[in-house]
Amino acid sequence: MTDLSRYQDAATIQRVIHTARTVAVVGLSGNALRASYFVGYYLQRHHYRVIPVNPRETQILGETSYPSLRDVPEKIDIVNVFRAPDALPGIAREAVEVGAGALWCQFGVVNEEGNRIAEEGGLAVVVDRCLKIEHARYVGRMNWLGFNTRRITSVRTGLQ
Amino acid sequence: MTEEPFRTEEDREFGFETRQLHAGQRPDPNTGARAVPIFQTTSYVFEDPESAAAYFNLQEYGNTYSRIMNPTVAVFEERVANLEGGMGAVAFSSGIAAQAAALFTLLQPGDHVVSSGALYGGTVNQFKHLLRKMNVALTWVDPDDPEAWRAAVRPETKAFFAETIGNPSGNVLDIETVATIAHEHRIPLLVDNTFATPYLCRPIDWGADIVIHSATKFIGGHGTSIGGVVVEAGTFDWSNGRFPVIADPSPAYHGLRFHETFGTYGYLMKLRAETLRDLGGALSPFNAFLFLQGLETLSLRMERHVSNALAVASFLRDHELASNVTYPGLPDSRYRPLVEKYLPRGAGAVFSFDCAGGRTGGQDLIRGVTLWSHLANVGDAKSLIIHPASTTHRQLGDEELRAAGVAPGTVRLSVGTESIDDLIWDLRQGFAKVAASDGRA
Ligand SMILES: Cc1ncc(COP(=O)(O)O)c(C=O)c1O
Repeated sequence: MTDLSRYQDAATIQRVIHTARTVAVVGLSGNALRASYFVGYYLQRHHYRVIPVNPRETQILGETSYPSLRDVPEKIDIVNVFRAPDALPGIAREAVEVGAGALWCQFGVVNEEGNRIAEEGGLAVVVDRCLKIEHARYVGRMNWLGFNTRRITSVRTGLQ
Repeated sequence: MTEEPFRTEEDREFGFETRQLHAGQRPDPNTGARAVPIFQTTSYVFEDPESAAAYFNLQEYGNTYSRIMNPTVAVFEERVANLEGGMGAVAFSSGIAAQAAALFTLLQPGDHVVSSGALYGGTVNQFKHLLRKMNVALTWVDPDDPEAWRAAVRPETKAFFAETIGNPSGNVLDIETVATIAHEHRIPLLVDNTFATPYLCRPIDWGADIVIHSATKFIGGHGTSIGGVVVEAGTFDWSNGRFPVIADPSPAYHGLRFHETFGTYGYLMKLRAETLRDLGGALSPFNAFLFLQGLETLSLRMERHVSNALAVASFLRDHELASNVTYPGLPDSRYRPLVEKYLPRGAGAVFSFDCAGGRTGGQDLIRGVTLWSHLANVGDAKSLIIHPASTTHRQLGDEELRAAGVAPGTVRLSVGTESIDDLIWDLRQGFAKVAASDGRA
């Protein structure tokens, strides 16, 4: 197994989550029971602009769905991938081409070549992590359901 | 939602003593309260209908109703999950409720469970009667025999169950070996870690998939509250074909596939959103608060518990009216290699021995002591004593008694944190009584 820890750096994850506004979700499903839909829905609730990238749909979560990253007419902060690992190199190339800020691969979306392409193209890369969970860990309320956020802090922060 | 300027937190590995004080809690954002607030409320006001729907659909982490989640209970859950090295935890109103819920989440009628036969008597009863009622078959095995675990597996086997340190016979589970056998068959290993606590052993580090506690014992530590908790490692593949009850669309949650949708969180989500919702054994916020107070000193108490236990066990080993001292921490215990591997900080503080004089001898000892408390509990800071054959294991037949490692004269001790000289002085008083009635007989 490849060592993924360099793509799971806590500081990078927090910086990406806190600075991003627009998230293109590649492989976002229109089925409300799929994991990608849960993540997209959650991101919208937390004021991210979600852009579906799925050639088989026209609209998901009230947003126009685009066939590929190249077709998205706006600047993308995070490319969030819910596709099979072998699709990653192509997605990473497009992400570099459109000048995205970060490539974020969900659980199981692990492809060395894809990670390298994105990294060499100057993107922050996060692999085998869920964007919703990491957001909920650092900003949200994951702890309200007894999950182990692994956070230890005595700093008082604002309202949740 | 306020998204304020952020301070990046480092991914530091904090020590156990730090985590037992801090994990799961951040200073209350509203008030700045440093202690964990007791949220004594049944329910929570929703911001708007969309938020309410998102919480009930599990699309957003939000409080709905305290049978299912509560902010004080959640601090306790996260703290235990953190100390055990798990993905998360769900708390229950008792250890027995926690066990039932952990199993019900993964079982269906027609399934089969393989369990250690050397368990707490209440667990033996629960498995023997409740599981049968649910049409779940059960095989008891000798936990010390890896081949017995392997031989008991059937196509419909869904779980292995054992205690880290058996109650009361003190057998130590070879967690790594039994977990390996379970995983060879795509079955999870459930471990009751009540007697070890995460300070002495973390079964997840050795391959266990689910860890269960009666928090009533050392976690609470002061004999004030009944409660339990289930921790899951988050690494078991519930979509391996053996667990349609978790992987397939759930009729009890509008067709949700818990494992596919929540991935590593699937089991825990189902445990909370379905099993806790439907069985209803929720932990009260006040008891969660008391357990949190207990956890703050867990390592300190356990250090003292194990050093006192070793001293008491050594005293008994050398006493002519005591035999068969089952403390696995004794240097000549047959569990020595397993203790060195799994319990290097100490082998807990609960064990049994056989008192001379059989049933009457055991009862005389209990009549003779004045500091040890005669009651049916373990894991209090106060030292406790009981005679299983006439109390906790009373419902068991002779053969089951033997399987549980209990003889007519067996006395179980839970060694507390008192001055060690006083504990030994009191046992001497008890043995004097045993000797006196022996003389009469
Ligand atoms: C090892 C063990 N597991 C489970 C339990 C059950 O826990 P509770 O009494 O909290 O239901 C006990 C209680 O004695 C126990 O000793």
